[in-house]
Amino acid sequence: MKRKNIPDSNIINGIAAAPGIAIAKAYIYSKEKIEVSNETITDADSAIESLMYALQRSKYELNKILSIATEKMGEKRAAIFEAQIMILDDPILLNQLTRRIEKEKKSPEYVVNDEITKYQEMMAASDELYMKERSHDIEDIKNRIIRNLQKKKLQSNIKGEVIVVTHNITPADTILLSRGNVKGYITDIGGLTSHAAIVSRSLKIPAVVGTHDATIRVQNGDLIIMDGFHGIAILNPDESELARYKDKIEKLEQFDKELLVLKDEPAITTDGREIIIRGNIDIPDEITHLIQNGGKGIGLLRTEQIFGDLTSFPNEEEQALIYFEMAEKIYPEVVVIRAFDVGGDKFLPHDIKEPNPFLGWRGIRFLLDNEEIFKTQIRAVLKASVHKNVKLMLPMVASMSEVINTKKLIQKCKDELKEEKVKFDAHLKLGIMVEIPSAAVLAREFAKEVDFLSIGTNDLIQFLLAVDRGNDIVSVHYQEFHPAVIRTISHIIKDGQKHKAFVSMCGEMAGDTLAIPLLVGMGLDSISVSSASIPYIKRIIRTLSYKSARQLAEECLQLSTLDEITEKIEHFFTENLIKSAQDIV
Amino acid sequence: MIERTVQIINNAGLHTRPAATIVKLAAKFKAEFFINKDGLSINGKSIIGVMTLAAEKGSKLSMTFDGEDEEKAAEEILNYFNRGFDEL
Repeated sequence: MKRKNIPDSNIINGIAAAPGIAIAKAYIYSKEKIEVSNETITDADSAIESLMYALQRSKYELNKILSIATEKMGEKRAAIFEAQIMILDDPILLNQLTRRIEKEKKSPEYVVNDEITKYQEMMAASDELYMKERSHDIEDIKNRIIRNLQKKKLQSNIKGEVIVVTHNITPADTILLSRGNVKGYITDIGGLTSHAAIVSRSLKIPAVVGTHDATIRVQNGDLIIMDGFHGIAILNPDESELARYKDKIEKLEQFDKELLVLKDEPAITTDGREIIIRGNIDIPDEITHLIQNGGKGIGLLRTEQIFGDLTSFPNEEEQALIYFEMAEKIYPEVVVIRAFDVGGDKFLPHDIKEPNPFLGWRGIRFLLDNEEIFKTQIRAVLKASVHKNVKLMLPMVASMSEVINTKKLIQKCKDELKEEKVKFDAHLKLGIMVEIPSAAVLAREFAKEVDFLSIGTNDLIQFLLAVDRGNDIVSVHYQEFHPAVIRTISHIIKDGQKHKAFVSMCGEMAGDTLAIPLLVGMGLDSISVSSASIPYIKRIIRTLSYKSARQLAEECLQLSTLDEITEKIEHFFTENLIKSAQDIV
Repeated sequence: MIERTVQIINNAGLHTRPAATIVKLAAKFKAEFFINKDGLSINGKSIIGVMTLAAEKGSKLSMTFDGEDEEKAAEEILNYFNRGFDEL
């Protein structure tokens, strides 16, 4: 995953964000603004057809929400969804929309926006507070229709197999485009940690990001070879380059086929130690991939991304619905739901700009300061826990008081739900992310207070070594195998397990095949990685003996430099004849 | 055409659930149905329209019904108002 500098003129260099090789024609995706344009259209009939599609799609989404909302929240509170569905069938509104599209020859997005906004203005003009709130409900339905109109437009633009070349891409775009025939992504900006990169890895779509100028150098329809292992793209390749890469693709497919045989096998060492391998998930669509890849549950459900489409924090119903669906789909395995980790590189609420957001108001600090938001999420998680396969995890915990205060809040929510006669898992398991060095130091104390610890290596390493891995100048100092890093991880595992906490890892390090023997040897109970990595990791674990891995770990923990540790690990791989996908390409 | 005036008598006013019910009732009839308040005339068969009406407890609305089944439409919808949207 390094930048390579090959001077050839038809080579585009970037960061290897998601592995895989693809050969396809380029499709330049210039993102339309979310704001609706005032463009004139020529074909009113097809515009109306798109409108009908978007209305139907919206109705389908809302009906799904309604049925579960009614069941879980009662008819009265579900009334708003019913009214929203009725709006999609409102004969007066529909008539007005189609008439305006025909007469004014404006895009359906424009007409929907303009027309529904009129009603909202009428509501907002009222002095009654509830009318202003109602105007927000109307905003929701308006945005839903517009979103569906834009999706339709996008999908119809991508025909045949393409490599999408774009300036920047959001995770939502990634998902959306993945439903088409997208073979890969190349972006101008973005890094390894961008969520789009993470989603691409999970969906097994190769990605090369941060190329700076791909959208300028590539033309629509150019043939591209992209190599997501090395972070390069070859523009309009010659015959020999094509043949070489086609051969690589074939070998990779063969390797993948061999791996999938392991799907239903446990990740168990040759001498019988099983490591639970779970998946990290950003959006519900990834569950299918996770199951296909043989993941035993969801080890990290990042909740920020699921609601990425929304401008404000989602309400309890919306959250409960999604968590419940995820828990049902993954049952009898578990889903570990991480409370909103807002702030840092994700998003800051309400324009609060901080000079140093990574060390600022984020994670559990933000949640405890915004009790209503936090309670909404806790209640939604509890509601989704009826099948007893849901766990809650707290992000960015630094001090014991944060856990203690959260537990009080959870108790409050449980009491409320009991009062409301809502069912939930009374023994909902609670855990924390260990990603701030102070939490690592206090692993023993935390282990006594919670059920599980999950090591988040991305932040832990950054904080431990005081290095921003997104900063090109210092990113070489971000070292997974730094002796202080591995000793800290070992300390967390030992102290955590001593006090009966289940210890797992959900950071990027767990997805690094090179790190697996060491992590197994240090005694980790579970690993959570992006779905696509699961078969690779399982394969390595199944060739290992716990005994030899433990010895490797013990030796590494004695070493004092990065180079010695890396060398020892690499030696371990050659000695044990472990092969990885990287070797093929 | 028939014209009628009604008063909102339930505590919560014309909130979302009754708005939806009124529109559903109106849809059963051929008669055109308009609700007038503060100089604004809203088509009673449009949910998004009816939702724009801010009508708290005690407010008065005038309604017009026009069409072959206007009598029955007026009766049924008025009844629903007079029952306090079945929330009393």
